[in-house]
Amino acid sequence: MTETSETPASKKAPSTMERLLDSDIFHAFLRSKVTIMAAAGTLILFLLAFLSPWIAPHDPFDLASLDVMNSYMPPAWIEGADPAFLLGTDDQGRDILSAIFYGMRISLIVGFCSVIFAALVGIGLGLIAGYMGGRIDALIMRVADVQLTFPAILIALLIDGAARGLFGSLDREVFSFWILIFSLSLSFWVQYARTVRGSTMVEKNKEYVQAARVIGIPSWIIMLRHILPNVTGPVMVIATINLALAIVTEATLSFLGVGMPITQPSLGTLISVGNDYLYSGEWWMAIFPGVALALLVLCVNLLGDWLRDALNPKLR
Amino acid sequence: MLGFTIRRLLQAMIVMLVVALLSFTLFRFVGDPVNQMVGVDTSIADREALRERLGLNDPMPVQFWRFISNAVQLDFGTSYQFKQPVSDLFARRIPATLELSFMSAIFALAVGVPMGIYAGLNRESAISKLFLSLSLIGISLPTFFIGILLIFLFSVTLQWLPSFGRGDVVQIGSWWTTGLLTVSGLKALVLPSITLGLYQMTLIMRLIRAEMLEVIRTDYIKFARARGLPDRIVHFRHALKNTLVPVVTITGLQLGSIIAFATITETVFQWPGMGLMFLQAVQEVDIPIMAAYLMLTAFLFVAINFCVDILYFFIDPRLRVGR
Repeated sequence: MTETSETPASKKAPSTMERLLDSDIFHAFLRSKVTIMAAAGTLILFLLAFLSPWIAPHDPFDLASLDVMNSYMPPAWIEGADPAFLLGTDDQGRDILSAIFYGMRISLIVGFCSVIFAALVGIGLGLIAGYMGGRIDALIMRVADVQLTFPAILIALLIDGAARGLFGSLDREVFSFWILIFSLSLSFWVQYARTVRGSTMVEKNKEYVQAARVIGIPSWIIMLRHILPNVTGPVMVIATINLALAIVTEATLSFLGVGMPITQPSLGTLISVGNDYLYSGEWWMAIFPGVALALLVLCVNLLGDWLRDALNPKLR
Repeated sequence: MLGFTIRRLLQAMIVMLVVALLSFTLFRFVGDPVNQMVGVDTSIADREALRERLGLNDPMPVQFWRFISNAVQLDFGTSYQFKQPVSDLFARRIPATLELSFMSAIFALAVGVPMGIYAGLNRESAISKLFLSLSLIGISLPTFFIGILLIFLFSVTLQWLPSFGRGDVVQIGSWWTTGLLTVSGLKALVLPSITLGLYQMTLIMRLIRAEMLEVIRTDYIKFARARGLPDRIVHFRHALKNTLVPVVTITGLQLGSIIAFATITETVFQWPGMGLMFLQAVQEVDIPIMAAYLMLTAFLFVAINFCVDILYFFIDPRLRVGR
């Protein structure tokens, strides 16, 4: 009995993977060569970053393995280099290539965390604003309007400065990570809130929401269980584009000296350190992490652009 | 028109009030102002006297009101690290930032507009595609890394242009200094202006290209061509004019971002402007400078937004009727 009922069901309802492979989005994906390259690039960079402890040729944080004799080595193709250090070494004798892998991991972790937090705050406030309407809506959206007049980097800088003033006495090494994520997510929540609010206002007048209200389901369950699943499409697009933006902003803050500390360097910190040696001829210390950062942002940006077009029904 | 202006003015004032409240909160509650101003060995009685003198024991609304009325008179208190009035510090650094922002806006327009027109008119040509790919790379490169690349190429390797500072400056009037009148000053401006303006340049280029593509397809352009008007007049007098509304908006709004992003460029090039000072204030938690910078940029943004809105009326005649 169970067997017979299962077989036709599985034929009618293909698995998520099969549905994905047959979807419009996947076909659109196969048509664009640039997007395939961007996706491959993103995948490779993500793998390099998250598998860095296993694939990096050296451990840049293992102080015992560092040798000052190896410092200021040029990249392998320049005369006088040690082929063990493909992209050269920094002032401490750290391998630049390994430092880039580890740095990219920190950049990505900060980027993902701040995108997730920004999305949570933005979706929550957007749902409340759109569903409740009235004064709460006006208050939330005016705050969003005011914030939107300033560039995110400025807001992140201000929040970072204020947070340092408030938690200045605490351990910087631990807290700069959280301060960074806090200031980045507070700079980026507005876009989510505006989008979600707009879709929520459309959804809340539909029959299924009215029906749910009539049978007395509490508002917060209606928002989370009924409306939320129907407004998440655009959020994915914003999140992808914001990931690139968050990575750039994090790198900028770290470069300016208010982001990740030197003990846990992100790509921005690496560039900032390398920048001091640019004039004395050790150009590889700043340029290679910069190229890695640019590649990462370019790939994620291309993916985001494509996703935006692919999910936009007007462009189909 | 008058009603619209008044409404926009009111909105602008509300935004400024909110920002003032934020700056005030920052100033009053992040760290203790008294502790920042006195040394470690100051007695508690002296501290209390200073607190009383600064009016920090008054009710909050009174303090907020004093903060606003001081701010309107450009009095933002004394910097914790420099022990000088914040407004003096800013006045000395504003010319550098404004000159840099102005030059990069000019760079963005002078290069971005022709590139955009060309890419819009010759959609399929190889050069247009090159422009587009370059602009994508330009958007993906963070501002500070563009600066580093330019320094590496033109200052370190080729040694053509200086990589830091303003060069020689000339004093005009009592407080304005300019680098536009000396050779070294102009040379020092080149790299920072390109760094700062590159993002805006790509933005303007893409915008004009998109608008041009759209306008060129409309009927009135077809009719203009059918009348036998030469391409030059069709393109520049008829098509370009109608692409300018969004360009003015974006350029106007981007002017604010240019001033904000000057913080990064100024740090890369050690440009002695207010962005560099703001960054040092963030690092040193010098709250009066941060609060003043917040108010100042907010004012600039609000003023620019306001002007852009008013400009609409003069550029787009459709807005003048029926409002």
